[in-house]
Amino acid sequence: MAAPTQPPRHRADPSDTRASSGNQVVPLVLAWLGVGLPLAWGVLETLSKTLALFQ
Amino acid sequence: MSSLLSKERIVAPPNFNRWLIPPCALATHLCIGQAYAISVFNLPLTQQLGIKESLPTDWKLTELGWIFTIAIFFLGLSAAVFGKWVQAQGPRMSGLVAALCWGVGFLIGALGIETHQLWLVYFGYGVLGGCGLGIGYITPVSTLIAWFPDRRGMATGMAIMGFGGGALVASPLSVLLMKHFASATSTGVTQTWLVLGVVYLLVMSVGAFGYRVPAEGWKPRGWVAPPAKPGALVAKFNVTPGRVLTTRQFWCLWIVLCFNVTAGIGVLGQASAMIQEVFKGTINASAAAGFVGLLSLFNMGGRFFWASLSDRIGRKATYGCFFLLGPVLYALVPLSGQMGSVVLFVGCFCVILTMYGGGFSTIPAYLADIFGTKYVGAVHGRLLTAWSVAGILGPVLVNYIREFQINSGIPKHQAYNVTMYIMAGLLIVAFFFNLAVKPVTEQHAEAEGHPGRRPLTA
Repeated sequence: MAAPTQPPRHRADPSDTRASSGNQVVPLVLAWLGVGLPLAWGVLETLSKTLALFQ
Repeated sequence: MSSLLSKERIVAPPNFNRWLIPPCALATHLCIGQAYAISVFNLPLTQQLGIKESLPTDWKLTELGWIFTIAIFFLGLSAAVFGKWVQAQGPRMSGLVAALCWGVGFLIGALGIETHQLWLVYFGYGVLGGCGLGIGYITPVSTLIAWFPDRRGMATGMAIMGFGGGALVASPLSVLLMKHFASATSTGVTQTWLVLGVVYLLVMSVGAFGYRVPAEGWKPRGWVAPPAKPGALVAKFNVTPGRVLTTRQFWCLWIVLCFNVTAGIGVLGQASAMIQEVFKGTINASAAAGFVGLLSLFNMGGRFFWASLSDRIGRKATYGCFFLLGPVLYALVPLSGQMGSVVLFVGCFCVILTMYGGGFSTIPAYLADIFGTKYVGAVHGRLLTAWSVAGILGPVLVNYIREFQINSGIPKHQAYNVTMYIMAGLLIVAFFFNLAVKPVTEQHAEAEGHPGRRPLTA
């Protein structure tokens, strides 16, 4: 009777872009907030001015 | 030993999240996108000496208009001249140089404003700042395409959307800063330019240090490059920047970009005056400012929308949409004026502006498809000379034809009609140049193992 085969050992895939151990989540969130918040502010300011067009 | 700024120092480690790259690109483009908001300084600068009113020695609007024109001219020139350097040095070095040019350009411009020397403003903002615009604009392109081979359009669309968004941030920010610094003896413009210069320098530098390039052979997890299809526009080889200039495809795309930009940029510069003149008595200055803001929103949104859509329908088809829909919309504008329909007028221009923005954001992916990804930064830089030309051609067409019409006795509210038909004509011409874009033949390919050389012909 053949010995049961071991499951293949997981190899780190260099093309894996998942955040590992959450240590990239914080920089990711900070980076997107860093550009997203000023952009959102600009969009809201512009939208408030565009209302004058429809009044 | 590689320096802190070299490309070798910024190769990403395994497990690096590629979604950290678009914010770096957005940081760069949100800063340089301020160029589209330069007109917010026009009126205050015409009263820099008089404060509450213009003195005879104050600068005129026609003189101030050249600040933007010079900047856009140097944007295209610097992108073309430094494109190869940007590609070779990598995004950290080029991003930092762009930050220095753009930020210091503002500081020198502020000195020019304070000492009332317009040539210094032309040099600071126009020449140096223009170089910052050009180098900063192309810096993230090849890096994004390398990180997102599966979604080239979306990736570059995100970055170039930032250029459109930059004006949305800069315009209200500039107004706030000028209001804060204004006094009985100052319009607040000098101080505003100083603050903007320092802020942009810092933000762009942070973005520059955030860039990473993928390791050799890196691919997104689970992604396999689609097999080459005969006759497909997507090349499986690279064409060197020098060789690109000898291809028909490059010059077709040059016309495509130039005419698409010409059609939009003239409108963008005159939007406020145009809507007030066409709908005199209905649209006041506040509403016109709202119209300009709406156009900026659609310009920005279009950059992301059309570039992302091009990943699905293809680049040629995307430009095909611009050049089929655009002429119809431009031709509808005079009709909307005759009908007195503000909704139709605004609607036409909003869609036109999405395609104006989309033309910018889709072109890098189009170039990567046709000429390969290896030299896309340099090739994109050379193509941006089309923007420089359009930056002069567009406003000239709109302003001079309007003036000619008025001098010929045409009422002001109809003075833009001929221009709209000319823009429609330009887009129809561009349609045929886009149609003429075919795959590049392998005779133009860079020789394998001999970078920069063409293969020997049999």
